[in-house]
Amino acid sequence: MPKFTLHINGLQKVIDTEPDTPLLYVLRDNLELNGPKFGCGLSQCGACMVLVDGSAVTSCMRPIASIGDSKITTLEGLASENGKLHAVQDAFNQEQAAQCGYCLNGMVMASVGLLNDNPNPNDSEIRDALQLNLCRCSAHTRIIQAVKTASKNLSGK
Amino acid sequence: MIELSKTSRRKFLRDIGYISVGFPLLSSCFGEQDPVVAARVNYEGDLPGSMRNASKVNAWLHVLEDGRVMVFSGKVELGQGIRTAIRQVAAEELDLELDQVEVHLAETGVTPDEGYTAGSSSVPNSAMSVRYAAATARQKLLELASAKLNIAEEDLILYNGKVKSKKSNQSLNFAEILEGAQIDMEVTKPVPLKIKSGYRYVGKAIPRKDIEKMVRGEEVYIQDLRFPGMVHARVLRPAGYQSKLVKVDDSGLSTAISGIIKTVVNGSFVGVITDREYQAVKAEAYLRKHSEWTPSPSFPKQETLFAHLKSIAEKPQSIRNEGDITTTPNGTDTFKASYTKPYLKHGSIGPACGIAMYDGEILHIWSHSQGIYPMRRAIAAMLKMEQEKLHVIAVPGAGCFGHSTADDAATDAAILALSYPGKHIRVQWSRHDEHTWDPYGTAMIMELEASLDANGKIKTWKTDVWTDSHSMRPDNDPATLLDTRYLENPVQLKGRGYLGGGHRNADPYYSIPNMQVNAHFFNGPLRVSSLRSLGSYTTIFSIESFMDELAEKAGKDPLEFRLAHLEDARAIAVINKIQEMCNGEKLEEGEGIGYAFSRYKNTTAYATAAAKVSVDRASGTIKLLKMWAAVDVGEIINLDGIINQIEGGMLQAASWTLKEEVTFEDNKITSSDWRKYPVFRFSDIPEVEVAMIDRPNEAAEGGGEVSMPPTGAAIANAVYNACGKRVYDLPITAEKILG
Repeated sequence: MPKFTLHINGLQKVIDTEPDTPLLYVLRDNLELNGPKFGCGLSQCGACMVLVDGSAVTSCMRPIASIGDSKITTLEGLASENGKLHAVQDAFNQEQAAQCGYCLNGMVMASVGLLNDNPNPNDSEIRDALQLNLCRCSAHTRIIQAVKTASKNLSGK
Repeated sequence: MIELSKTSRRKFLRDIGYISVGFPLLSSCFGEQDPVVAARVNYEGDLPGSMRNASKVNAWLHVLEDGRVMVFSGKVELGQGIRTAIRQVAAEELDLELDQVEVHLAETGVTPDEGYTAGSSSVPNSAMSVRYAAATARQKLLELASAKLNIAEEDLILYNGKVKSKKSNQSLNFAEILEGAQIDMEVTKPVPLKIKSGYRYVGKAIPRKDIEKMVRGEEVYIQDLRFPGMVHARVLRPAGYQSKLVKVDDSGLSTAISGIIKTVVNGSFVGVITDREYQAVKAEAYLRKHSEWTPSPSFPKQETLFAHLKSIAEKPQSIRNEGDITTTPNGTDTFKASYTKPYLKHGSIGPACGIAMYDGEILHIWSHSQGIYPMRRAIAAMLKMEQEKLHVIAVPGAGCFGHSTADDAATDAAILALSYPGKHIRVQWSRHDEHTWDPYGTAMIMELEASLDANGKIKTWKTDVWTDSHSMRPDNDPATLLDTRYLENPVQLKGRGYLGGGHRNADPYYSIPNMQVNAHFFNGPLRVSSLRSLGSYTTIFSIESFMDELAEKAGKDPLEFRLAHLEDARAIAVINKIQEMCNGEKLEEGEGIGYAFSRYKNTTAYATAAAKVSVDRASGTIKLLKMWAAVDVGEIINLDGIINQIEGGMLQAASWTLKEEVTFEDNKITSSDWRKYPVFRFSDIPEVEVAMIDRPNEAAEGGGEVSMPPTGAAIANAVYNACGKRVYDLPITAEKILG
């Protein structure tokens, strides 16, 4: 099987797998990460989101062979080395913005992606950024609030 | 070799190890001042059903070696926050810090058998059992400490895990009092409960501890469990409900796909085990291509589904018959309306997963089933094994909202584990299978007929409800598990499960002198089981839509009309509250507000919902702008937890109301992914406001389902008020506004 070198959460990892293996399976199965979740395998629900070079994208249909030198960040890679949570993670916890929490990975990654580009999004920009992400427990209003809280904390307002 | 539960026992051992080095055996005092200990009052009421088979204190709690407490509950975490609620009540009665309480959720042989985590019953059953057991334990600990220290009970203080003398520095922690024993005594009445004014945790918005684990990506879900040497598997589901396997050719499989360990064929059950997960995905696709199935018969036409369901219904059963509905006063009109609701999906964001490992003697199963003991009975019957040879551990999955596919995935894993012993086998369902093999919430029809008296009050009421079963949950009948019907010696379903869910809330909670309710049961074309709130979403959608229609006929305000038919002060209070919340809400052209009320099951929690919508008459587009709820669940255990459940329930029900419908054509379910079965996305989400009426002296009712039933009708009434179009057939779509 071919070998691929991935840049994940600041580390280089060499993966031995078939080239068509989607990134999600590499992250969960080979690298034993829990953050990205399998939800649909169709890029319809956002549960598997990661950051690729700072932008939030789904990982379930993205073959490992297509990743190249891109820098991948998963939920696990957001907190700082001393364990301090990223402002978005912290805000989701503060706002208790989850029920079952299965969609939380995608919600957090999409929100980080949004705030990377737009540190002070308004309500409709937040909704647009999270439009792909499904939450069946329907914690949406808390999730929107969490993004606002994170934005506020990041900009020190 | 028996693997210990990864999520529970390992933690247990670590806790024990920790204290043996960390805690002094005799600690001195609490600090400068003795804490104020709340008084106790004797509880003489009923004990919960869960205590019937688990009546002793040690069924519900153990004291750990470090003096902290481990609480056991047979309920599972579904995202509803039950672990936190149980921790709160245990810490409260034992006057512990929250961190001094661990909660061990469902595991066979360890926790009580509390059946299913369903029906909004976890707080009234499990949390209340823990409350009474903890209160009994507290009293016993005081007695034992008194004897041990030779100090009268009234000179002792029990607080934060220690029993201490008021007059000296003598103290014991719980473990020192028990010396390795547990409290093996019955919980009997009267139970000395903490006086509610002395509560430290109950009723407060205590944050859940698991959300931090979730945001860090720690191991939370069954999908995250990894065991040494664990292998992956997929099951090739049949081509249709009644398809049989003609042949499967796996001769080229190992050449085409790497990592193949084994194909398992048993009748029409086809599973494949691989080293890596994605290899299993590819192997399933390969086998699908290289297999042949008999065709399943066609479904009825979707356009004529409801006529079909009526045509196959059994003779009606009388559910309620009071007074005489034929006593329609002369000269008054009888009003009629008919409502329909399509099949709905559970729509869990995480498709089902099951893990199993057969060690040669015991079959260990990890599952996000809502009922591990009942599932164990069903799997044991299917495999013809003794129940005691199955060890089932509940692990959270994604929110499931009723009986969906978790038990089926666990069964897949169990079958494969027996054919490949010694390895943990992880079965993951695909989105397609999750969408097309889900036991849906059944389609339903409601026909209502009522007459008004001269004062505009309802004189007669008649409900006719057409429904399939609302629970085919696994239990003694192994055919409740999907695989049982496809194995070499297939077994078909014996019973029809819980039909009563179909007429839940079909009799209005209003004072009506003459009332008749009839249920027409059918055995419909799609696989069904319980979906959050069962039939009451449809019965209340219909009744509360009809109440608005009757109010209009009577020339009354819709809320005043409801109040005129209510005597229950708590029902009146939630209606008054919603009126207050929506008072002064401004409406633009094309906007409307609608209301609906229900008391869940007519015996538990109260909710009034309001919805504000705008409707574009030209395009039919409906925009849900805001929703409100006023809710009374009796005593509140966790304020934030209950509000989260109410909000989530309203939004999920709003998604059902405006978007959702299972579709089928020929012999295929066609709503097979999120594009073909759209649900609410962020652009659909309205503002939501919830008011809770706390009644600390009333029984604590569950709140997981209470907000769903009135939500549908509140939206339907708002749509009518916005544009004058009443929609009787769910979902309420632009097409129906224009139609």
